[in-house]
Amino acid sequence: MKQTPANLGIDQDPVRHPEGCRPGMDCDTWLIENATLINPNDDKPRNGSVLLADGKIQAVGEINDHDCAAVPPEHRLDAEGLWLMPGIVDSWARLREPGLEHKANIATESAAAVCGGITTLCMPPDTDPILDTVAVARFIKRRAQLAGRARVVCIGAMTQQLDGELLSEMAALAEGGCVAISNAQTPFANLNLLRRALAYAATFDLQLVLEPTDPSLSARGCAHEGMVATRLGLPGIPVSAETAPLAQLIALLQEVDARVHINQVSSAAAVDMLRHAQNQGLKITAGVSIHHLWLTDMDTDALNPNTHVIPPLRTERDRAALRQGLADGVLSVIISDHQPHEPDAKLAPFAATEPGISGLNSLLPLAFKLVEDKILPQSTVLKALTTTPANIFGLDKTGRLEPGCRADLTLIDPDAMYQISEMPYFSAGENSPFLGWDFAHRVEKTWVSGRLVFNQADFD
Amino acid sequence: MAVNFVRPKIPKFTPDPWAIQFDQHGNLKHLLTIEGISPQWITRILDTAEGFVSVTDREVKKVPLLRGRTVVNLFFESSTRTRTTFELAAKRLSADVLNINLATSATKKGESLLDTLRNIQAMQADMFVVRHEQSGAPHFIAQHVEPHVSVINAGDGWHAHPTQALLDAFTVRRHKGDFAPLRIAIVGDVLHSRVARSQIHVFNSLNVGELRVIAPRTLIPQDIEHMGVRVFHDMRAGLRDVDVIIMLRLQRERMDAGLLPSEEEFYRLYGLTEEKLAWAKPDAIVMHPGPANRGVEIESRVADGPQSVILEQVSNGIGVRMAAMSLCMGRKGGES
Repeated sequence: MKQTPANLGIDQDPVRHPEGCRPGMDCDTWLIENATLINPNDDKPRNGSVLLADGKIQAVGEINDHDCAAVPPEHRLDAEGLWLMPGIVDSWARLREPGLEHKANIATESAAAVCGGITTLCMPPDTDPILDTVAVARFIKRRAQLAGRARVVCIGAMTQQLDGELLSEMAALAEGGCVAISNAQTPFANLNLLRRALAYAATFDLQLVLEPTDPSLSARGCAHEGMVATRLGLPGIPVSAETAPLAQLIALLQEVDARVHINQVSSAAAVDMLRHAQNQGLKITAGVSIHHLWLTDMDTDALNPNTHVIPPLRTERDRAALRQGLADGVLSVIISDHQPHEPDAKLAPFAATEPGISGLNSLLPLAFKLVEDKILPQSTVLKALTTTPANIFGLDKTGRLEPGCRADLTLIDPDAMYQISEMPYFSAGENSPFLGWDFAHRVEKTWVSGRLVFNQADFD
Repeated sequence: MAVNFVRPKIPKFTPDPWAIQFDQHGNLKHLLTIEGISPQWITRILDTAEGFVSVTDREVKKVPLLRGRTVVNLFFESSTRTRTTFELAAKRLSADVLNINLATSATKKGESLLDTLRNIQAMQADMFVVRHEQSGAPHFIAQHVEPHVSVINAGDGWHAHPTQALLDAFTVRRHKGDFAPLRIAIVGDVLHSRVARSQIHVFNSLNVGELRVIAPRTLIPQDIEHMGVRVFHDMRAGLRDVDVIIMLRLQRERMDAGLLPSEEEFYRLYGLTEEKLAWAKPDAIVMHPGPANRGVEIESRVADGPQSVILEQVSNGIGVRMAAMSLCMGRKGGES
């Protein structure tokens, strides 16, 4: 039996608009004309117009005058030369609220998200308090509504307090609006408990998000075990810290018919194992973080603490395999793996810093750079950012540029050159290794539920 | 036999991390690792040290090169030997020396590394000699000190111990002269050894004929071949035709971590005994960075025997550290 997650947030409960408008009211109709329409399901970009009303896309392509008569003149937009695409669904972004507000909060991070073309954020359960009750999920929804920028959805905890021992009330979490269930990066106490947790979740056909890591193999490690870590004298994390628990999980899935999404993998060996498992017909999907598609352990060479991430940046061969995995469809989702930190968390020798990259602002430009540098086809990248995560996480009518879908859109200037540090809303965490990079594809406007939540023109 | 030394390329968007060791005029400013220090500079440090080693043989052992300067020994990890030789080296250069043992003090009270550093810097220090359990800590400190302050790495994590490697190169040079025809073997716990990593850099930089590491697989770090060494797991094969044997210290924790079954088995297979020493060249010298575990990695008869130069390493350490300190502070007086 499939539970349809009741969305407690931005869908039903109108967010506060800066000008006091509410969805369904006249001021939320928009007509975007002459844009290049980038539809993830359509390889060929087309020129056309899009009409937004009532929080939905009403019409795409040729729009007759009658339909758009209600659009006020200031909401008619000539978008010639600009690209209109569905907003990005980032399925793994830590917003640090509740619990770690000294690093960031939902307001700052959802503003950074829409500034980077991300309209839906999935929040993992490792908050404080842990997202293992509906109360925490409701709190997060409420904070996101008050912020009034991006849509924030929750991924509930798989075990109480994420301790890996006692099952959480997964069915209640799903009814309470959690789009998936995960144990974040904490391991299960033993394989039997993981097997039972998989079986219990499968009872309700819940989507699970797992990230296989073996704590004993990765203990104390902070970099890929290889040439660079050896030279720098950094404790290494071997590939087997990822592949050994992945192999165990695949073995369990051959007995328990659960729906599992592997949040991110970092190694070529893991991609091969996933390919094999998918060929066997297991319901296993997988994602990859955008920084693993760009950086390698060579980037740790300068001891830049902003390249300290878990799982670690691996070799060039691994990076090539991750890119190939996306091209083949073995990996189908790209995440930001956003982890904002306060400056002090990174002001220490490499191994003593907290791992994580602040990724919301760089996700879209880095993804388009994959296309521009001819590393991956545009449709592959766009699907991995929009339609596929929306499908996996059961987000209906999201991530598409089609009539009847949510009016979560972003308008991009493909020729504007910029660096992410110039973006008007930056994450509260400035721990990004991409700060000095030059990018094209700047977000000009972003709509969530048909409301304009970011407008670059206000800052130019 | 020539050895190919492969230095991984540094990505284009990050500056060379070790360029920080030189000021804008190309003079040595910090000594953090041997990486990034040219063979010319290494030779210059060794030549300077020759001058200072003769100073230490005189009756009045002081030179006034660093008079009025303050050297702070910042030891976040306890050490007797290294700290003492650094202290002696600074005193023989007439500097004022302050020893701060942080293994037991401020950082344990939750003070951040940067705060500790700034407080001591405010006491008008001119040079920090840093030992820290985190790899890269002296590099981090060098990035955050005031421009007039120099930093010397006295050992960081598993990463580097450049003055130890320099004094080893100095000792080898005194005994063997040219490096090109030499075979050098480093034996023992390479995985956890900052000394081994710096030695590999220094000997490769000085174009040694062949560099070997000998240890069981659990004590050899992944991809160490890319640093320009040949890996051996068998002592007899590894020591064949070797001119210099460097033994590394084995710590007892390694047994608890499942890296080795017992000290006895390690000693039987890799401990340097007279019998095993005979597998090397007859005139091979034996070195150890200290402190040696007799009966674990080295036999007393070898450590105290005619081929051992272990104590000589200690006295050379003072001259080499004097050279490193004076060159980092822009004083070249010791050069012969």
